[in-house]
Amino acid sequence: MAEVTAKKVLIDPLLNNNPIALQILGLCSALAVTVKLETSLVMAIAVTLVTGCSSAAISLIRTEIPSSIRIIVQMTIIASMVIMVDQILQAFTPELSRALSVFVGLIITNCIVMGRAEAFAMKNDPWMSFLDGIGNGLGYGLILMTVGLFRELLGSGKLFGINVFTPATEGGWYPTNGLMLIAPSAFFLIGLIIWAIRTLKPEQIEAE
Amino acid sequence: MEQYVNIFVDAVFPGNLALCLFLGMCTFLACSKDVNTAIGLSMAVIVIQGITVPINNLIFQYLLQPGALSWTGSEALGEQDLMFVGLICYIGVIAAMVQILEMVLDKYFPALFNALGIFLPLITVNCAILGGTLLMVEKQLDFGGSVVYGFSSGFGWGLAIVCLAGIREKMKYSDVPAGLRGLGITFITVGLMALAFQTFSVIKF
Repeated sequence: MAEVTAKKVLIDPLLNNNPIALQILGLCSALAVTVKLETSLVMAIAVTLVTGCSSAAISLIRTEIPSSIRIIVQMTIIASMVIMVDQILQAFTPELSRALSVFVGLIITNCIVMGRAEAFAMKNDPWMSFLDGIGNGLGYGLILMTVGLFRELLGSGKLFGINVFTPATEGGWYPTNGLMLIAPSAFFLIGLIIWAIRTLKPEQIEAE
Repeated sequence: MEQYVNIFVDAVFPGNLALCLFLGMCTFLACSKDVNTAIGLSMAVIVIQGITVPINNLIFQYLLQPGALSWTGSEALGEQDLMFVGLICYIGVIAAMVQILEMVLDKYFPALFNALGIFLPLITVNCAILGGTLLMVEKQLDFGGSVVYGFSSGFGWGLAIVCLAGIREKMKYSDVPAGLRGLGITFITVGLMALAFQTFSVIKF
């Protein structure tokens, strides 16, 4: 990156440098929570906030961290942020917290957070790192929401739990697609999304 | 005995960490380009998983869960619920275990240490490891169960990555549409593998 401008840092991760589709970061949690749009949204917000705040915090003390123990320091900062998110979710939305189960805790080991801390926050000032974190969180959220949209709409005919296509089981016309509700469909959808992005932006195609 | 067999089968096939719960995906996709690396990595994961899950089980049972500290005999301590520091404890244990294993291997088994190379430190941030611990807490396994679960979930993850690496090695010779090349087609392959693994979900002993 030759020039670091606020706008570029925030917008780039959405399509040009998407953390999931191009950097292969943070896939682990991305797939499991996308059965419903609601859980995808909460997960996207949680990851965006954690990435933004931890990047800013790590960037603030980046000159003080000895490089030999930086991984542990970063881990501790990230873990504290995630515990806060987890406690907030448990306190205010207990049902959502149950639906997300272990995946909120797993934000700690989400490589987006760690990856951005290591690759960007250690070299840039706090404000830029915050924007970079938010941008990458949004890029992650974008993929998450797209997958969640298709899975919930095709799998159960609903969006945010509201019937869009009335399913055949409730007297409507739409036969629900059970495949969309189980794990493999998320892989297929992400594969197709990557295909779409790379067709739009041919420079991302991998040389073989 | 039966319950342990069930835990094993469940963790390897229908509850496979990589294919059904999507854990450890980043390394799963990045390190599955050839079979040898995949085998090395899966050995490391099995060992670490087999050690950390039981240790975290002990920590959970005797330090963290509500009323866990009652063995100290102190009333005030016995009532504490320390669940909220769980995440930091678990990740600390994992990071420490990885570091210790690295030193032990370096001292006594240099050949294995060289074979695993960079994968050992990477395992700290592998979500499969932390995920295994968190799922163990959620399933409320006892100590014996956690030993079996730790080993078998690591084994299931390893099995999946070795299979995928085998497929990807063969796929080098096929003509894939330009946009799907690399990551895209890998995702679709993994999806098909996940479908296959799910068909085992009816097995119960």
